[in-house]
Amino acid sequence: MVRSPAWSTLTAPLVHQNPVMLQILGICSALAVTTTLATALTMSVALTVVLTLAAGVISLIRRHIPETIRLIVQIVIIASLVIVIDQVLQAWFAELSRALSVYVGLITTNCLVLGRTEAFARHNPPPRAMIDALGNGLGYSLVLCVIGALREFFGKGALLGQTVLPLASEGGWFTPLSLMLLAPSAFFLLGLMVWAVRSLLPEQAEAPQHAPPPRAEVER
Amino acid sequence: MSDLWSLFLISVFVDNMPLTLFLGLCTFLALSKRPEAAIGLGVAMIGVMGVTVPLNHLIYRGLLAPGAWGWAGMPGVDLSYLALIAFIGVIAASVQVLEMLLDRFAPAIHAAFGVFLPLLTVQCAILAGSLFMVERSYTLAQSAVFGLGSGTGFAIAVAMLAAIRGRLAYADLPAGLRGLGMAFVLTGLMSLGFAAFAQMAATQ
Repeated sequence: MVRSPAWSTLTAPLVHQNPVMLQILGICSALAVTTTLATALTMSVALTVVLTLAAGVISLIRRHIPETIRLIVQIVIIASLVIVIDQVLQAWFAELSRALSVYVGLITTNCLVLGRTEAFARHNPPPRAMIDALGNGLGYSLVLCVIGALREFFGKGALLGQTVLPLASEGGWFTPLSLMLLAPSAFFLLGLMVWAVRSLLPEQAEAPQHAPPPRAEVER
Repeated sequence: MSDLWSLFLISVFVDNMPLTLFLGLCTFLALSKRPEAAIGLGVAMIGVMGVTVPLNHLIYRGLLAPGAWGWAGMPGVDLSYLALIAFIGVIAASVQVLEMLLDRFAPAIHAAFGVFLPLLTVQCAILAGSLFMVERSYTLAQSAVFGLGSGTGFAIAVAMLAAIRGRLAYADLPAGLRGLGMAFVLTGLMSLGFAAFAQMAATQ
Protein backbone atom coordinates (compact mmCIF):
# COMPACT_ATOMS: atom_id res chain seq x y z
CA MET A 1 0.00 0.00 0.00
CA VAL A 2 1.37 3.36 -1.02
CA ARG A 3 0.79 5.86 1.74
CA SER A 4 0.00 9.42 0.79
CA PRO A 5 2.11 12.11 2.46
CA ALA A 6 -0.95 13.45 4.24
CA TRP A 7 -1.64 10.05 5.80
CA SER A 8 1.93 9.67 7.05
CA THR A 9 1.90 13.26 8.37
CA LEU A 10 -1.17 12.30 10.36
CA THR A 11 0.01 8.93 11.68
CA ALA A 12 3.72 9.52 12.27
CA PRO A 13 3.17 11.43 15.54
CA LEU A 14 0.99 8.66 16.99
CA VAL A 15 3.80 6.31 17.96
CA HIS A 16 6.95 6.88 15.91
CA GLN A 17 7.25 10.60 16.58
CA ASN A 18 5.04 10.79 19.64
CA PRO A 19 5.12 14.36 20.98
CA VAL A 20 5.10 13.39 24.66
CA MET A 21 7.36 10.36 24.65
CA LEU A 22 9.94 11.36 22.03
CA GLN A 23 9.88 15.10 21.54
CA ILE A 24 9.51 15.94 25.29
CA LEU A 25 6.69 18.37 24.51
CA GLY A 26 3.60 19.01 26.58
CA ILE A 27 4.50 16.84 29.53
CA CYS A 28 3.25 19.17 32.26
CA SER A 29 -0.41 18.87 31.47
CA ALA A 30 -0.01 15.24 30.40
CA LEU A 31 0.73 14.27 33.98
CA ALA A 32 -1.30 16.74 35.98
CA VAL A 33 -4.74 15.94 34.60
CA THR A 34 -4.52 12.16 34.36
CA THR A 35 -5.91 11.11 37.74
CA THR A 36 -9.15 10.10 36.02
CA LEU A 37 -9.97 9.16 32.45
CA ALA A 38 -12.67 11.85 32.17
CA THR A 39 -10.31 14.77 32.86
CA ALA A 40 -7.68 13.22 30.59
CA LEU A 41 -10.23 12.99 27.76
CA THR A 42 -11.41 16.58 28.26
CA MET A 43 -7.85 17.85 28.26
CA SER A 44 -7.05 15.83 25.12
CA VAL A 45 -10.01 17.24 23.23
CA ALA A 46 -9.29 20.80 24.37
CA LEU A 47 -5.65 20.57 23.42
CA THR A 48 -6.28 18.94 20.05
CA VAL A 49 -8.84 21.61 19.12
CA VAL A 50 -6.54 24.47 20.16
CA LEU A 51 -3.55 22.93 18.42
CA THR A 52 -5.36 22.31 15.13
CA LEU A 53 -6.99 25.74 15.00
CA ALA A 54 -3.80 27.53 16.01
CA ALA A 55 -1.81 25.70 13.36
CA GLY A 56 -4.39 26.61 10.73
CA VAL A 57 -4.53 30.29 11.69
CA ILE A 58 -0.78 30.72 12.00
CA SER A 59 -0.19 28.89 8.77
CA LEU A 60 -2.70 31.19 6.99
CA ILE A 61 -0.88 34.35 8.02
CA ARG A 62 2.62 32.85 7.98
CA ARG A 63 3.83 35.16 5.20
CA HIS A 64 2.69 38.28 7.05
CA ILE A 65 4.23 37.66 10.49
CA PRO A 66 7.50 39.57 10.89
CA GLU A 67 10.30 37.25 11.96
CA THR A 68 11.25 39.27 15.03
CA ILE A 69 7.90 39.31 16.78
CA ARG A 70 6.60 35.93 15.65
CA LEU A 71 6.69 34.39 19.14
CA ILE A 72 4.45 37.09 20.58
CA VAL A 73 2.03 36.86 17.64
CA GLN A 74 1.83 33.09 17.98
CA ILE A 75 1.28 33.24 21.72
CA VAL A 76 -1.46 35.85 21.40
CA ILE A 77 -3.28 33.70 18.82
CA ILE A 78 -2.96 30.61 21.02
CA ALA A 79 -4.03 32.48 24.15
CA SER A 80 -7.17 33.79 22.40
CA LEU A 81 -8.14 30.27 21.35
CA VAL A 82 -7.50 28.97 24.87
CA ILE A 83 -9.72 31.67 26.36
CA VAL A 84 -12.53 30.59 24.04
CA ILE A 85 -12.12 26.93 25.04
CA ASP A 86 -11.95 27.87 28.71
CA GLN A 87 -15.18 29.86 28.50
CA VAL A 88 -16.91 27.01 26.66
CA LEU A 89 -15.84 24.52 29.32
CA GLN A 90 -16.96 26.82 32.14
CA ALA A 91 -20.33 27.31 30.47
CA TRP A 92 -21.23 23.72 29.60
CA PHE A 93 -18.91 21.47 31.64
CA ALA A 94 -18.56 23.41 34.89
CA GLU A 95 -17.62 20.36 36.96
CA LEU A 96 -14.84 19.20 34.61
CA SER A 97 -13.63 22.78 34.34
CA ARG A 98 -13.19 22.92 38.12
CA ALA A 99 -11.36 19.57 38.11
CA LEU A 100 -8.93 20.85 35.47
CA SER A 101 -8.26 24.00 37.56
CA VAL A 102 -5.59 26.19 35.97
CA TYR A 103 -4.43 23.51 33.54
CA VAL A 104 -6.79 24.61 30.75
CA GLY A 105 -5.25 28.07 30.87
CA LEU A 106 -1.87 26.44 30.78
CA ILE A 107 -2.53 25.07 27.29
CA THR A 108 -1.29 28.54 26.30
CA THR A 109 2.19 27.69 27.45
CA ASN A 110 2.01 24.04 26.50
CA CYS A 111 5.26 23.59 24.63
CA LEU A 112 3.49 21.17 22.30
CA VAL A 113 1.33 23.91 20.76
CA LEU A 114 4.11 26.45 20.36
CA GLY A 115 6.56 23.74 19.31
CA ARG A 116 4.38 22.52 16.46
CA THR A 117 3.42 25.99 15.22
CA GLU A 118 7.04 27.08 15.40
CA ALA A 119 8.49 23.96 13.80
CA PHE A 120 5.82 23.02 11.27
CA ALA A 121 2.91 25.42 10.73
CA ARG A 122 5.26 28.34 10.04
CA HIS A 123 6.64 26.68 6.92
CA ASN A 124 3.66 24.77 5.53
CA PRO A 125 0.30 25.56 3.89
CA PRO A 126 -2.81 25.39 6.13
CA PRO A 127 -4.13 21.91 5.17
CA ARG A 128 -0.82 20.18 5.85
CA ALA A 129 -0.23 22.19 9.00
CA MET A 130 -3.65 21.27 10.36
CA ILE A 131 -3.15 17.58 9.54
CA ASP A 132 0.19 17.62 11.33
CA ALA A 133 -1.38 19.39 14.30
CA LEU A 134 -4.24 16.91 14.41
CA GLY A 135 -1.79 14.01 14.36
CA ASN A 136 0.24 15.47 17.18
CA GLY A 137 -2.90 16.20 19.16
CA LEU A 138 -4.01 12.59 18.74
CA GLY A 139 -0.58 11.29 19.75
CA TYR A 140 -0.76 13.41 22.89
CA SER A 141 -4.32 12.22 23.55
CA LEU A 142 -3.23 8.60 23.20
CA VAL A 143 -0.60 8.93 25.94
CA LEU A 144 -2.96 10.89 28.17
CA CYS A 145 -5.80 8.42 27.87
CA VAL A 146 -3.57 5.40 28.52
CA ILE A 147 -2.11 6.96 31.66
CA GLY A 148 -5.48 8.32 32.76
CA ALA A 149 -7.14 4.93 32.31
CA LEU A 150 -4.37 3.10 34.19
CA ARG A 151 -4.38 5.55 37.09
CA GLU A 152 -8.16 5.56 37.45
CA PHE A 153 -8.39 1.77 37.07
CA PHE A 154 -5.80 0.92 39.70
CA GLY A 155 -6.33 3.97 41.90
CA LYS A 156 -10.11 3.80 42.16
CA GLY A 157 -11.06 0.49 40.54
CA ALA A 158 -13.20 2.43 38.09
CA LEU A 159 -13.25 3.68 34.52
CA LEU A 160 -14.98 6.95 33.59
CA GLY A 161 -16.56 6.96 37.06
CA GLN A 162 -18.13 3.48 36.61
CA THR A 163 -16.90 0.96 39.18
CA VAL A 164 -15.22 -1.94 37.39
CA LEU A 165 -13.56 -3.76 40.25
CA PRO A 166 -15.72 -4.11 43.40
CA LEU A 167 -14.02 -2.13 46.18
CA ALA A 168 -13.07 -3.76 49.48
CA SER A 169 -14.70 -0.90 51.38
CA GLU A 170 -18.02 -1.78 49.74
CA GLY A 171 -17.91 -5.53 50.21
CA GLY A 172 -15.81 -6.40 47.14
CA TRP A 173 -12.24 -7.64 46.98
CA PHE A 174 -10.25 -4.81 45.38
CA THR A 175 -8.19 -2.53 47.60
CA PRO A 176 -7.45 0.64 45.64
CA LEU A 177 -3.80 1.64 45.30
CA SER A 178 -4.02 5.20 46.48
CA LEU A 179 -0.43 5.80 45.39
CA MET A 180 -1.76 5.74 41.83
CA LEU A 181 -3.64 8.96 42.50
CA LEU A 182 -0.56 10.78 43.80
CA ALA A 183 2.03 12.64 41.76
CA PRO A 184 4.90 10.08 41.78
CA SER A 185 2.96 7.29 40.10
CA ALA A 186 2.34 9.50 37.05
CA PHE A 187 6.07 9.90 36.63
CA PHE A 188 6.67 6.17 37.08
CA LEU A 189 3.94 5.23 34.60
CA LEU A 190 5.21 7.62 31.96
CA GLY A 191 8.78 6.44 32.53
CA LEU A 192 7.73 2.80 32.18
CA MET A 193 5.71 3.66 29.08
CA VAL A 194 8.74 5.35 27.50
CA TRP A 195 10.78 2.25 28.38
CA ALA A 196 8.22 -0.10 26.85
CA VAL A 197 7.93 1.87 23.61
CA ARG A 198 11.67 2.21 23.26
CA SER A 199 12.16 -1.50 23.83
CA LEU A 200 9.75 -2.24 21.00
CA LEU A 201 11.23 0.44 18.75
CA PRO A 202 14.96 0.37 19.53
CA GLU A 203 15.75 3.18 17.09
CA GLN A 204 14.16 5.60 19.57
CA ALA A 205 16.61 4.78 22.38
CA GLU A 206 19.10 7.51 23.24
CA ALA A 207 22.79 6.93 22.68
CA PRO A 208 24.78 6.39 25.89
CA GLN A 209 26.72 9.44 27.05
CA HIS A 210 29.73 7.44 28.16
CA ALA A 211 30.39 4.07 26.57
CA PRO A 212 32.39 1.55 28.63
CA PRO A 213 35.72 0.52 27.08
CA PRO A 214 35.59 -2.45 24.72
CA ARG A 215 35.98 -5.82 26.39
CA ALA A 216 39.39 -6.64 24.88
CA GLU A 217 41.04 -3.59 26.45
CA VAL A 218 40.23 -4.74 29.98
CA GLU A 219 43.36 -6.75 30.79
CA ARG A 220 43.44 -8.72 33.97
CA MET B 1 5.63 37.83 59.17
CA SER B 2 5.41 34.20 60.23
CA ASP B 3 2.51 33.72 57.83
CA LEU B 4 4.66 34.90 54.94
CA TRP B 5 7.53 32.67 56.05
CA SER B 6 5.30 29.61 56.18
CA LEU B 7 3.84 30.52 52.76
CA PHE B 8 7.41 30.65 51.46
CA LEU B 9 8.22 27.23 52.91
CA ILE B 10 5.00 25.76 51.55
CA SER B 11 5.62 27.09 48.06
CA VAL B 12 9.21 25.80 48.11
CA PHE B 13 8.64 22.31 49.47
CA VAL B 14 4.99 21.29 49.72
CA ASP B 15 3.64 22.81 46.50
CA ASN B 16 6.87 22.23 44.63
CA MET B 17 6.21 23.27 41.02
CA PRO B 18 7.75 20.42 39.03
CA LEU B 19 7.55 17.61 41.55
CA THR B 20 4.04 17.86 42.96
CA LEU B 21 2.19 20.14 40.52
CA PHE B 22 3.82 18.86 37.31
CA LEU B 23 4.57 22.38 36.11
CA GLY B 24 7.49 23.43 33.94
CA LEU B 25 8.45 19.84 33.28
CA CYS B 26 9.56 20.39 29.69
CA THR B 27 12.45 22.66 30.62
CA PHE B 28 12.88 20.71 33.87
CA LEU B 29 13.72 17.54 31.95
CA ALA B 30 15.38 19.09 28.94
CA LEU B 31 17.86 21.27 30.83
CA SER B 32 18.78 18.96 33.70
CA LYS B 33 21.48 17.04 31.87
CA ARG B 34 24.31 19.24 33.17
CA PRO B 35 24.41 20.86 36.64
CA GLU B 36 25.71 24.23 35.34
CA ALA B 37 22.79 24.67 32.95
CA ALA B 38 20.38 23.54 35.68
CA ILE B 39 21.66 26.09 38.19
CA GLY B 40 21.49 28.84 35.57
CA LEU B 41 17.91 27.91 34.81
CA GLY B 42 17.08 27.86 38.52
CA VAL B 43 18.45 31.36 39.10
CA ALA B 44 16.60 32.70 36.05
CA MET B 45 13.39 31.11 37.35
CA ILE B 46 13.73 32.77 40.76
CA GLY B 47 14.30 36.14 39.10
CA VAL B 48 11.48 35.91 36.59
CA MET B 49 8.90 34.48 38.98
CA GLY B 50 9.81 36.92 41.73
CA VAL B 51 9.12 39.80 39.31
CA THR B 52 6.16 38.58 37.27
CA VAL B 53 3.84 37.27 40.00
CA PRO B 54 3.63 40.55 41.98
CA LEU B 55 3.52 42.54 38.71
CA ASN B 56 0.62 40.46 37.43
CA HIS B 57 -1.05 40.85 40.81
CA LEU B 58 -0.97 44.65 40.42
CA ILE B 59 -2.31 44.44 36.87
CA TYR B 60 -5.05 42.00 37.78
CA ARG B 61 -6.25 43.95 40.82
CA GLY B 62 -5.89 47.33 39.13
CA LEU B 63 -7.34 46.64 35.70
CA LEU B 64 -8.90 43.23 35.24
CA ALA B 65 -10.62 41.98 38.40
CA PRO B 66 -14.42 42.27 38.67
CA GLY B 67 -15.20 45.81 39.87
CA ALA B 68 -11.67 47.12 39.31
CA TRP B 69 -13.07 49.97 37.21
CA GLY B 70 -15.40 51.10 40.01
CA TRP B 71 -13.40 54.34 40.51
CA ALA B 72 -14.16 55.29 36.89
CA GLY B 73 -17.89 54.86 37.39
CA MET B 74 -18.01 51.43 35.74
CA PRO B 75 -18.37 48.98 38.64
CA GLY B 76 -20.03 46.37 36.41
CA VAL B 77 -17.02 45.88 34.16
CA ASP B 78 -15.41 42.45 34.52
CA LEU B 79 -12.35 41.94 32.36
CA SER B 80 -11.02 38.88 34.17
CA TYR B 81 -11.35 36.75 31.04
CA LEU B 82 -8.50 38.81 29.57
CA ALA B 83 -6.18 37.72 32.39
CA LEU B 84 -4.47 35.01 30.34
CA ILE B 85 -3.39 37.34 27.53
CA ALA B 86 -2.33 40.06 29.97
CA PHE B 87 -0.24 37.63 32.03
CA ILE B 88 1.48 36.13 29.01
CA GLY B 89 2.24 39.63 27.73
CA VAL B 90 3.75 40.67 31.06
CA ILE B 91 5.83 37.49 31.24
CA ALA B 92 7.11 37.83 27.68
CA ALA B 93 7.97 41.48 28.29
CA SER B 94 9.73 40.79 31.60
CA VAL B 95 11.80 38.02 30.06
CA GLN B 96 12.72 40.35 27.20
CA VAL B 97 13.67 43.17 29.60
CA LEU B 98 15.66 40.79 31.78
CA GLU B 99 17.52 39.57 28.72
CA MET B 100 18.30 43.11 27.52
CA LEU B 101 19.46 44.20 30.99
CA LEU B 102 21.72 41.18 31.35
CA ASP B 103 23.08 41.68 27.85
CA ARG B 104 23.89 45.31 28.60
CA PHE B 105 25.23 45.10 32.16
CA ALA B 106 26.37 41.53 32.69
CA PRO B 107 27.37 40.00 29.35
CA ALA B 108 29.07 37.05 31.05
CA ILE B 109 25.88 35.96 32.82
CA HIS B 110 23.91 36.61 29.65
CA ALA B 111 26.20 34.34 27.67
CA ALA B 112 25.71 31.62 30.27
CA PHE B 113 21.90 31.97 30.22
CA GLY B 114 21.61 32.89 26.56
CA VAL B 115 19.98 29.81 25.14
CA PHE B 116 17.17 29.28 27.58
CA LEU B 117 16.17 32.78 28.67
CA PRO B 118 13.69 33.22 25.77
CA LEU B 119 12.37 29.74 26.54
CA LEU B 120 11.13 30.99 29.90
CA THR B 121 8.33 32.85 28.09
CA VAL B 122 6.56 29.56 27.51
CA GLN B 123 7.43 28.05 30.88
CA CYS B 124 4.19 26.74 32.33
CA ALA B 125 5.41 27.15 35.92
CA ILE B 126 5.72 30.92 35.49
CA LEU B 127 2.26 31.38 34.02
CA ALA B 128 0.84 28.97 36.60
CA GLY B 129 2.33 31.10 39.37
CA SER B 130 0.22 34.04 38.18
CA LEU B 131 -2.89 31.89 37.68
CA PHE B 132 -2.61 30.38 41.17
CA MET B 133 -2.14 33.90 42.56
CA VAL B 134 -5.57 34.80 41.11
CA GLU B 135 -7.22 31.53 42.11
CA ARG B 136 -6.03 31.76 45.73
CA SER B 137 -6.52 35.58 45.89
CA TYR B 138 -3.15 36.44 47.41
CA THR B 139 -2.30 39.95 48.56
CA LEU B 140 0.63 41.82 47.02
CA ALA B 141 3.11 40.76 49.71
CA GLN B 142 1.88 37.18 49.58
CA SER B 143 2.19 37.02 45.82
CA ALA B 144 5.76 38.34 45.92
CA VAL B 145 6.67 35.72 48.53
CA PHE B 146 4.83 33.02 46.59
CA GLY B 147 6.65 33.92 43.36
CA LEU B 148 10.07 33.85 45.02
CA GLY B 149 9.25 30.62 46.85
CA SER B 150 8.03 28.79 43.77
CA GLY B 151 11.09 29.89 41.83
CA THR B 152 13.34 28.68 44.65
CA GLY B 153 11.54 25.35 44.80
CA PHE B 154 12.00 24.90 41.07
CA ALA B 155 15.70 25.81 41.35
CA ILE B 156 16.28 23.30 44.16
CA ALA B 157 14.49 20.50 42.32
CA VAL B 158 16.21 21.05 38.98
CA ALA B 159 19.67 21.28 40.59
CA MET B 160 19.05 18.02 42.50
CA LEU B 161 17.83 16.18 39.41
CA ALA B 162 20.81 17.41 37.38
CA ALA B 163 23.21 16.18 40.06
CA ILE B 164 21.62 12.73 40.12
CA ARG B 165 21.56 12.48 36.33
CA GLY B 166 25.21 13.51 36.23
CA ARG B 167 26.10 10.55 38.46
CA LEU B 168 23.94 8.19 36.42
CA ALA B 169 25.71 9.14 33.18
CA TYR B 170 28.18 6.33 33.91
CA ALA B 171 25.57 3.75 34.87
CA ASP B 172 24.84 0.82 32.58
CA LEU B 173 21.10 1.24 32.05
CA PRO B 174 18.89 -0.82 29.74
CA ALA B 175 18.90 0.84 26.32
CA GLY B 176 15.22 1.79 26.38
CA LEU B 177 15.45 3.43 29.79
CA ARG B 178 18.43 5.63 28.95
CA GLY B 179 17.84 9.37 29.02
CA LEU B 180 14.17 10.35 29.19
CA GLY B 181 12.84 7.12 30.68
CA MET B 182 15.29 7.19 33.58
CA ALA B 183 14.70 10.90 34.09
CA PHE B 184 11.00 10.19 34.63
CA VAL B 185 11.68 7.43 37.14
CA LEU B 186 14.14 9.66 39.01
CA THR B 187 11.61 12.49 39.06
CA GLY B 188 9.06 10.07 40.44
CA LEU B 189 11.40 9.02 43.24
CA MET B 190 12.19 12.65 44.09
CA SER B 191 8.48 13.37 44.01
CA LEU B 192 7.93 10.57 46.56
CA GLY B 193 10.52 12.23 48.77
CA PHE B 194 8.82 15.59 48.48
CA ALA B 195 5.48 13.97 49.34
CA ALA B 196 6.91 13.62 52.85
CA PHE B 197 6.91 17.41 53.14
CA ALA B 198 3.18 17.42 52.46
CA GLN B 199 2.70 15.09 55.42
CA MET B 200 4.81 17.43 57.55
CA ALA B 201 2.58 20.37 56.67
CA ALA B 202 -0.56 18.31 57.28
CA THR B 203 0.46 17.19 60.77
CA GLN B 204 1.67 20.63 61.84
